[in-house]
Amino acid sequence: MEGAWVALALTLKVAFWATALNLLFGVGIGYAMARWRFAGREVLDAVFTLPMVMPPTVLGYYLLVLIGTHGPLGAWLLKHAGIRLIFTWQGAVIAAMVVSFPLVFKGARAAFETVDAQLENAARTLGIHEIAVFFRVSLPLAWRGILAGLLLSFARALGEFGATLMVAGSIPGRTQTLSIAVYEAVQAGQDDVANFLVALTSITCIAVLLAAGRLVPGRVAPRD
Amino acid sequence: MAAVIWDVDLKRVLVHEGSRFELGVRFASDASRLVLYGPSGAGKTQTLKMIAGIARPDSGRVAVAGRTLFDSKAGIRLSPQDRRLACVFQDYALFPHLSVRQNIAFARRSGWLNPSPQVHDAQVDRWIAAFHLESVAGHLPHQISGGQRQRTALARALVNEPTALLLDEPFAALDNALRQRLRGELKDLQAQLRLPMLLITHDDDDVRLLADQVVTLQAGHVVEAPANQEAAFVG
Repeated sequence: MEGAWVALALTLKVAFWATALNLLFGVGIGYAMARWRFAGREVLDAVFTLPMVMPPTVLGYYLLVLIGTHGPLGAWLLKHAGIRLIFTWQGAVIAAMVVSFPLVFKGARAAFETVDAQLENAARTLGIHEIAVFFRVSLPLAWRGILAGLLLSFARALGEFGATLMVAGSIPGRTQTLSIAVYEAVQAGQDDVANFLVALTSITCIAVLLAAGRLVPGRVAPRD
Repeated sequence: MAAVIWDVDLKRVLVHEGSRFELGVRFASDASRLVLYGPSGAGKTQTLKMIAGIARPDSGRVAVAGRTLFDSKAGIRLSPQDRRLACVFQDYALFPHLSVRQNIAFARRSGWLNPSPQVHDAQVDRWIAAFHLESVAGHLPHQISGGQRQRTALARALVNEPTALLLDEPFAALDNALRQRLRGELKDLQAQLRLPMLLITHDDDDVRLLADQVVTLQAGHVVEAPANQEAAFVG
């Protein structure tokens, strides 16, 4: 059973980093899509939403082609930085991040669209520069929607299987996350291990979803 | 009073869902209380936004109180942050997540953080007192009355000593009795501060009671120059 706790720790670590990266990119891109008008905006939106509907194995394959040691990005990283992403936990982070990205991005875009642009304009006429307007007006008013998206993304990253297996493989203690460990345990006929892993995963996911449910964007969130 | 306070010449073509609206607004005035009057959809708010710098004209020129804010020929385009114009928006645009005190103190801090709920600042306290907002200073905008909201918006705009005051239908959201009282307050305030004021309205009473001069806008164009203001007083 000790392996189960190692797998849980690894899963949480991967999901945490994937969510942290999604916070950065998802919020940034979500804001840009909500506020800037440019040609091809909706096409780009569809591209960013694609991971939500594509089979994870297909995404994993794309990632292998891109960041594998012979892929354009992977070869460059190996040559210039000595970084190898395939079969590492960092690779698992990238897989989990790509798969759960739309949840943060979609949530952030919708949340920013509900923020009245007039409020941002008011802040500008009060002499507040653009970056400060984002942190003082847009972000506090969109925060609930973003947080709900982040929690969903965290839950999705916890359960990631297909893309992670393609990119990071299933190395016990190094890249074997909970969902992959469940698969391996069932394949090996270790029913009690599987039962334990499944219960552990279910409890973790329910906890995350309950937290997300309390943060569903309502009306304006009064803060003190 | 001969010096031109408002020098506006703006052109913009707006295309919205297939329909085209051509805005060509041009007026110059030495009135310290200028009213931009016209029916809704005449382009009044767009004009105000372009003066404030939050909407981008295609071409033209804006100078307020001798300071050029925008000149497409000379390549001058000051950001809304640098224009130092106090704006009171139609729905007041108070920050819903901040208390009355924090709203008024908003411009007193330039960093990435909002003023704290306990912020103390001589200017902020002065305006809270001037508009009798002490009892609601800790309240959020949705917890106060329409008149208090309007005063909060005014205080927030005035706290950093602007060079002019722009108001978009400041009385539209209020009931009649309150409207009358606040018109008087605004008129006194303007006289006291000697701050040039541009007010947008579709209400004849605002024109009659507040205007030194009137510019009438219809379908995106000025139909009456400020010189013959008598016409506006007839209605």
